[in-house]
Amino acid sequence: MSALLEVSGVSVTFDGFRAINNLSFNIAAQELRAIIGPNGAGKTTFMDIVTGKTRPDEGSVTFGERSVSLLSLSEAQIARAGVGRKFQRPTVFEDQSVFDNLMMALKKPRGPLAVLMFRASKGDARKVRDLAEEVGLGDQLERKSGELSHGQKQWLEIGMLLAQEPRLLLVDEPAAGMTLAEREHTTALLVEMAKTRAVVVVEHDMDFVRRLDCKVTVLHEGSVLAEGTLDHVTKNPSVIEVYLGRG
Amino acid sequence: MTQGFLAKNPSVLIFLAALALFTLAVTLLSHAYGVSFLSTSFVKTLGKTLCLCLIALAMDLVWGYAGILSLGHFAFFGLGGYMIGMWLMYARTEEIVVQALSGAPLPPTPEEIVSGIGTQIFGVVGGSEIPWVWSFAHSLPLQLMLVVLVPGLLALAFGWLAFRSRVTGVYLSILTQAMTLALALYLFQNDSGLRGNNGLSGLQNMPGQGAVTQDQLSVWFLWASALALGLGYLLCAWVVSGKFGSVIRAIRDDEQRVRFLGYSVESYKLAVFTLTAIIAAIAGALYYPQAGIINPAELAPIASIYLAVWVAIGGRGRLYGAVIGAAFVSLLSSWFTGGRAPSINLGFYTVNWVDWWLILLGLAFVLVTLFAPQGIGGLFDLWQGAKHPKRRGAPLGPDDGSFQEKEAVE
Ligand SMILES: Nc1ncnc2c1ncn2[C@@H]1O[C@H](COP(=O)(O)OP(=O)(O)OP(=O)(O)O)[C@@H](O)[C@H]1O
Ligand SMILES: [Mg+2]
Repeated sequence: MSALLEVSGVSVTFDGFRAINNLSFNIAAQELRAIIGPNGAGKTTFMDIVTGKTRPDEGSVTFGERSVSLLSLSEAQIARAGVGRKFQRPTVFEDQSVFDNLMMALKKPRGPLAVLMFRASKGDARKVRDLAEEVGLGDQLERKSGELSHGQKQWLEIGMLLAQEPRLLLVDEPAAGMTLAEREHTTALLVEMAKTRAVVVVEHDMDFVRRLDCKVTVLHEGSVLAEGTLDHVTKNPSVIEVYLGRG
Repeated sequence: MTQGFLAKNPSVLIFLAALALFTLAVTLLSHAYGVSFLSTSFVKTLGKTLCLCLIALAMDLVWGYAGILSLGHFAFFGLGGYMIGMWLMYARTEEIVVQALSGAPLPPTPEEIVSGIGTQIFGVVGGSEIPWVWSFAHSLPLQLMLVVLVPGLLALAFGWLAFRSRVTGVYLSILTQAMTLALALYLFQNDSGLRGNNGLSGLQNMPGQGAVTQDQLSVWFLWASALALGLGYLLCAWVVSGKFGSVIRAIRDDEQRVRFLGYSVESYKLAVFTLTAIIAAIAGALYYPQAGIINPAELAPIASIYLAVWVAIGGRGRLYGAVIGAAFVSLLSSWFTGGRAPSINLGFYTVNWVDWWLILLGLAFVLVTLFAPQGIGGLFDLWQGAKHPKRRGAPLGPDDGSFQEKEAVE
């Protein structure tokens, strides 16, 4: 199977500091992948590069069967090409209802004129309701999303990502700030999502990663340190050193 | 605009009804069509106030909803005024010139008329040539088109440059101020072709309507302004009611997140900026015929800042708030600065409102920003809150043992 996302030879420097250093790896079209690594390893920066927020100094990032280069596209174009992103901090539009948040994310034409003329059909409303149901917010549709709990906001954001119908989903520390029960629900959601698309999860929490039960990539100082199953990489001496070194 | 839209937005109906009632009342109290209770100059003040309400709507759309604090919308207002003023002045002068020449034994040639108009209009700035910017001034339809096109294209060009390079926040506000200042300074020059600091005058006279009195005209313009405000309100309410409104409010709150949803934030900002510039221009085109005169001082940067103050005091992010703020503050302002407010004698010092009004306004602005960010419009929430208790409670969901949110902050 050919790769959906190909990152090769990417480097990025912030004020002389190399945050990403000759990073290369591939993600297949239907794959769940965990990325772990100590603080400052460059995990978030990697997502910034793929989603167009940060431009790398060198290297290439291509996406899809036709290997479109993402580096020449704007954030919005990358999102429309099928890359969804969930931030480390839950970012939903707190001033608006759960329904409106999901409706905004629903895959539809994104141009100003089309959006101005848009009126939600019954089908659209049903889709939004189904999505809310799926992420466990079925009874919260009319609530302002700012009133939701931290965990519920994370799910709303996951719901919004699902609504976008992305082919590649980048999820940054989904379990941060969640209770045990909320984490289990989140794991199930991620595993389910990865059946039909590629999902890349960045996470610190080893137990969470273990539950995902997938291939793991260890990042350190901006490049890949090890790759394989969790048991495989945790036996790797350099990984042990990086993690023990962290204290 | 279906029935569903109005049914879902009852405040629109209430607003339109109040506006209609107001217009009817003023008409019945006017000199021309009623019991002569209101002076013609006061009817004009009310008509102008409606135009200010319309530009406040535009400001609310661009700032309150889309989060773009433009401090330049009065430039578009002024440009709209200049565009209509050119036709008013040209056509009126043409009438006068034709009349003056009609006594001559031979009928005047077109050239004679044009040169007469040139001398009449541009004598004050020492010229008699009609500058090229007046090329369309002979034609009302063309000049009306320019009311929309000139400010619209300026907004489009300015917005394209600013938004494309992702200028936001304070920097954008400063840039809009610079634009206003540059435009005002340009218009101040005699060779801008718009009579420099003299501006355009005599705009209260309707060409071809010599028989119509100012008493009648003032009411006509009040109707036109009320109609424009009503339509503007409908348009703005419709724009913000659907997904478009959702998207622009989302841009206001977190534009980066909106980009990752696949919306091109820049096009939305540009669309809103340009649309509101056009609304502002139409408001200006209705305002200045009632004011009678326009000069570059009208485009002073401070005017656009007042606009932001009105909207803030009225309550941004809700359309009726903007209208209330503009009406309330501008009427109060003309009362205080018109010398009608009684001075307060404190014994050791006399508070003269003409001087102190700005300080009062500034203070009110600071207090509203600090203590009542919802503005006057927030009072409606209090009133509605009495009917529907707030649903907001403690956040749901088990939070015991979860990480603190700050641990999850990037
Ligand atoms: N915009 C920026 N300017 C300067 N330095 C940056 C910038 N973004 C990231 N960095 C630096 O790059 C390095 C990698 O940061 P990144 O956020 O990608 O780490 P991370 O792996 O996501 O860490 P964490 O686990 O703490 O989230 C860090 O040392 C960070 O300080
Ligand atoms: Mg990070």
